[in-house]
Amino acid sequence: MSTGNMNLTLQVWRQKNSKSAGKLVDYKLSEISPDMSFLEMFDVLNEQLITKGEEPVVFDHDCREGICGMCSMFINGQPHGPKDLVTTCQLHMRSFKDGDTIVVEPWRAKAFPVIKDLAVDRSAFDRIIASGGFVSVNTGNAQDANALPIPKLQADAAFEAAACIGCGACVATCKNASAMLFVSAKVSQLALLPQGQPERYRRVQSMVAQMDEEGFGNCTNTGACEAECPKGISLENIARMNRDYFTAKFASEEEV
Amino acid sequence: MSTLNSNIPAGELTQKWTKYKASMPLVNPSNKRSLEVIVVGSGLAGASAAATLAEMGYKVKCFCFQDSPRRAHSIAAQGGINAAKNYQNDGDSTYRLFYDTIKGGDYRAREANVHRLAEVSVNIIDQCVAQGVPLAREYGGLLDNRSFGGTQVQRTFYAAGQTGQQLLLGAYSALERQVGMGKVQMYTRHEMLDVVVIDGKARGIIARNLITGELERHFGHAVVLGTGGYGNVFYLSTNAMGSNVTAAWKVHKKGAFFANPCYTQIHPTCIPVSGDHQSKLTLMSESLRNDGRIWVPKKKDDNRKASDIPEDERDYYLERRYPAFGNLVPRDVASRAAKERCDAGYGVGSSKLAVYLDFKANTERYGRIEASKAGNHNPDKETCMRLGTAVIKEKYGNLFDMYAQITGENPYEMPMRIYPAVHYTMGGVWVDYDLMTTIPGLYCTGEANFSDHGANRLGASALMQGLADGYFVLPYTIGAYLSKELATKPIPTDHPAFVEAENNVKATIDKFLSINGTKSVDHFHKRLGHIMWEKCGMARNREGLTQAIKEIQDLRREFWADVKVPGSADEFNPELEKAHRVADFIELGELMCIDALNREESCGGHFREEHQTEEGEAKRDDENFAYVAAWEYKGVSEFELHKEELNYENIKVAQRNYK
Repeated sequence: MSTGNMNLTLQVWRQKNSKSAGKLVDYKLSEISPDMSFLEMFDVLNEQLITKGEEPVVFDHDCREGICGMCSMFINGQPHGPKDLVTTCQLHMRSFKDGDTIVVEPWRAKAFPVIKDLAVDRSAFDRIIASGGFVSVNTGNAQDANALPIPKLQADAAFEAAACIGCGACVATCKNASAMLFVSAKVSQLALLPQGQPERYRRVQSMVAQMDEEGFGNCTNTGACEAECPKGISLENIARMNRDYFTAKFASEEEV
Repeated sequence: MSTLNSNIPAGELTQKWTKYKASMPLVNPSNKRSLEVIVVGSGLAGASAAATLAEMGYKVKCFCFQDSPRRAHSIAAQGGINAAKNYQNDGDSTYRLFYDTIKGGDYRAREANVHRLAEVSVNIIDQCVAQGVPLAREYGGLLDNRSFGGTQVQRTFYAAGQTGQQLLLGAYSALERQVGMGKVQMYTRHEMLDVVVIDGKARGIIARNLITGELERHFGHAVVLGTGGYGNVFYLSTNAMGSNVTAAWKVHKKGAFFANPCYTQIHPTCIPVSGDHQSKLTLMSESLRNDGRIWVPKKKDDNRKASDIPEDERDYYLERRYPAFGNLVPRDVASRAAKERCDAGYGVGSSKLAVYLDFKANTERYGRIEASKAGNHNPDKETCMRLGTAVIKEKYGNLFDMYAQITGENPYEMPMRIYPAVHYTMGGVWVDYDLMTTIPGLYCTGEANFSDHGANRLGASALMQGLADGYFVLPYTIGAYLSKELATKPIPTDHPAFVEAENNVKATIDKFLSINGTKSVDHFHKRLGHIMWEKCGMARNREGLTQAIKEIQDLRREFWADVKVPGSADEFNPELEKAHRVADFIELGELMCIDALNREESCGGHFREEHQTEEGEAKRDDENFAYVAAWEYKGVSEFELHKEELNYENIKVAQRNYK
């Protein structure tokens, strides 16, 4: 059960820190079980490296159940690897074949500088949320939760947009390194709910401005972000955000 | 041994919190601006406290070890959050939530704290909805509820199987709003490695910048921990890989008592272990027990496929043993019942350490309802299953997908295999009614403290407690302390206490890097986990615990002589981070066994084999053990017991009965 029979060649991006140059390094692994997760396969690699006196590969991970958004490997040219709708931690080795060569790189984007090996700095996302991704309601200000009925379909749509885990796969896969899917998911969630209305147009403007300031690229509608998103966040959110953004632009300043 | 004072306000139970809040000293707005509060941890408890304190006007610094506060492990909570709203008109009330929580905790929680929790539970739902948290709704536009274990009302609010995620993102957005306004300074990828105590009061922390390795000194008039539970002491648990006890353990070693460490929750519905490579266990939400029936074959070592075992050869053992609550008994009861069946030889799957969670009956029932809605009052079985599967998919789709992804099996076609796994720790840093630890000025919230769940936590109560503490309790109670600190000027961080604390942290780091042994940190962590699971897990006994203490002491010595931590101190070095955490887990593991050995009774998640009824149920000893065991650190392997007596003035203490 514990050991399997898969032999693999890994080509892993190694980079000492944000200032140094990096390169792909080859590693051979044997006896990999198809039941292992991709990150557990990396645990095996690191255990071997430590035993040999080499430095283990640094990669981000935490919950290992596909919800925290911390894991972030670019596997064979796809963020989170070949399977649809899963994060790297939920990708299992049964998705690969014995004898495969697997190339593993960090997220690549100007706004996500590499920290070390496969770990990147995604704090730009936090700054975008801090610029307006909220409803301004202090603790203690709320009315009864059922005082304001919200149609189920509308609540469900908001929930679907809110399912974003902020992993950054959309940025990593986009040829322009655009963050439109991430930003639009938050803008949409709040625009779909009555609680988000008072700040709706102000929010979209400040979040887009912050997104631009962080150095993310423009959206050219290739749809790669939607195709690679592990949570299935829809492109419709981008359309909705664009509508709100232009409405805000054309509206008079007092209104927004 | 001393007797601890929990500072519970006088007066009638239902009025305590209201009156106390109304009579508490306040800090005026201009003074708040000059008071600094450090919040460690950015999960539900930490983020909600940091945001609320900043909204009130305090200067806040918030720390998390992840790359963003949004990653904290609260995000992984699936099933829901309880609140005594009584929206379902099924007889719920503040008192009932209070009563269920005390009973569920096997009469080992503090009445006053739990009543306060039940009181503020309703405010949490209001607050979250106002933030734009998309909780599940019915077609009428109002909030939906579901049932959870240990209750007979529907009071659980949810957002599909992602309730923790949605609530945390709500608290995170409130926190980031304050960050954007400059009222909270956020320190991500920072780990607290010590608390600084000056003249007996908590005055700051030492934190390591995980990217540069730099040690930083931070002053605060008060320090708040919201650093989560210690389930990872078992190595395999449903916790995130980074979840750790380090912050809580460091404050323990500086004088904060650690309470009831042996109370750990083993969750009954997790995906079973598949092999030695496994790094973590994945929970299948308790909400599945709403619609799933748990069974094993009636015949020992039955190797037939689940679908080939006829109905009359299945043992629905929870429904058999506990007809009143059936599959919705509390977690500790359900876990032990699964272990009992597997130990007796009725387990399923290749490891035989699993039971079935079967959705077929309810799928068919839902299908029949759907068909009937469409006017078909006599649907065939196939139609029922097809329509019912769609209903199940809407309710639990993401959980079923996760199960399929991990096991490679399709749970829509065959029953899930589940087994209990470590999930939550009821024990933690001891706090009084104000959530203050035994170090003045040091507070502890959420799972990191011990306060509200007694010996067993009910499902959907962790999110409730984390947010109750952070939004509605701590921001008030901390004012009582800070109102007396107005004259305290910020203490410069070149104060000898800061220097000494930093030097100690540095010495530990240097020690780790200099051992240069032969075994990785994970190697020791796995061995510790094995000892804990075998001897301080779902069932404990005197002999095993005594052995475990000895084994852990040996493991500790071996760790400090033979661990290998690669890399250096002044870089991003996850192995070094793990070394700190595992060193602390080893010490905690010993204390857990000591506590489990001391508690000569069975209660909630703590099951001592010597103390059980004839039917194998937990047998409490209220005469001798109706107390909180709070341990004081006295040195390596030395802990002194202090007792806080538990008085039940409003609830009649009885043996729990779910039959």
